[in-house]
Amino acid sequence: MSRIGVVTFPGTLDDRDAARAVRLAGGEPVALWHADADLHGVDAVVLPGGFSYGDYLRAGAISRFAPVMGEVVDAARGGLPVLGICNGFQVLTEAHLLPGSMIKNDHLHFVCREQVLSVERADTPWTRDYAAGEHITIPLKNQDGQYVADERTLDELEGEGRVVFRYEGWNPNGSRRGIAGISNAAGNVVGLMPHPEHAVEAGFGPDGPKGPRTGTDGLRFFTSVLKALVS
Amino acid sequence: MGRVVVDVMPKPEILDPQGKAVAGALPRLGFGQFASVRQGKRFELEVDGPVTDEVLAAARAAGEQVLSNPVIEDVVAVYEDTEVPAR
Repeated sequence: MSRIGVVTFPGTLDDRDAARAVRLAGGEPVALWHADADLHGVDAVVLPGGFSYGDYLRAGAISRFAPVMGEVVDAARGGLPVLGICNGFQVLTEAHLLPGSMIKNDHLHFVCREQVLSVERADTPWTRDYAAGEHITIPLKNQDGQYVADERTLDELEGEGRVVFRYEGWNPNGSRRGIAGISNAAGNVVGLMPHPEHAVEAGFGPDGPKGPRTGTDGLRFFTSVLKALVS
Repeated sequence: MGRVVVDVMPKPEILDPQGKAVAGALPRLGFGQFASVRQGKRFELEVDGPVTDEVLAAARAAGEQVLSNPVIEDVVAVYEDTEVPAR
């Protein structure tokens, strides 16, 4: 069974939900501690959401220097699938695994909603169980969610097909070009602001076509990576 | 003891949502003369000895590598604070 590491920093909130999502998808979650300079042989890594180190300095800025991140950066450059969710996405930008950065939402309010996304790339290890152009609904909850990068970087991301998710219908935080998630050039590192791990089990997810709380659109992130690892 | 101040500001081309909110609040409190506000960060780095050129260079390097994110922020000033109050 594939082993997926889930990193806990001081202030991480969604590590248990991420581990649970891995388990529901059929994988074995492995808890990784921020102070570990060792990935314990995992096959992929999830950096979950929360407020690591209290978002002091900048969101994700201090986490970048945690011992475990040195290992994650090396392994990611070697092709290990890495998914950064919300604060995890911020950590990936601060660690220079993904370009750009996040600043406060343009309207300055914390936002918490069920967000529709369009899947732009269905060929990364984290999105292969989706169809390109498919619309999915997963929760979005953040204060610093406005994705920014200079125009040249944005053009590069678009040109190289590295925009993996876009906000659909309404841009909830002022992100440049409606970008909700991106990948690195190789595609193995993906970061996004919305939370797939909160939409993996009927009864606890967003409203879906089968009724209230039935949405499980986030589960395929985790089934995707498990399939990618065995193929 | 010496103190170095590192000032970090959002890049000019980056919309500063916090500064914009402050600018919106000022006229409501009677400060109508300010056209805009940008909000940055001031870091005070203290050293045991005097502030030498090496200390200033190290403070600038720390400012560029850690205290600011060059994607969204600029280090706009690095200088010795000569009026260090006794603690």
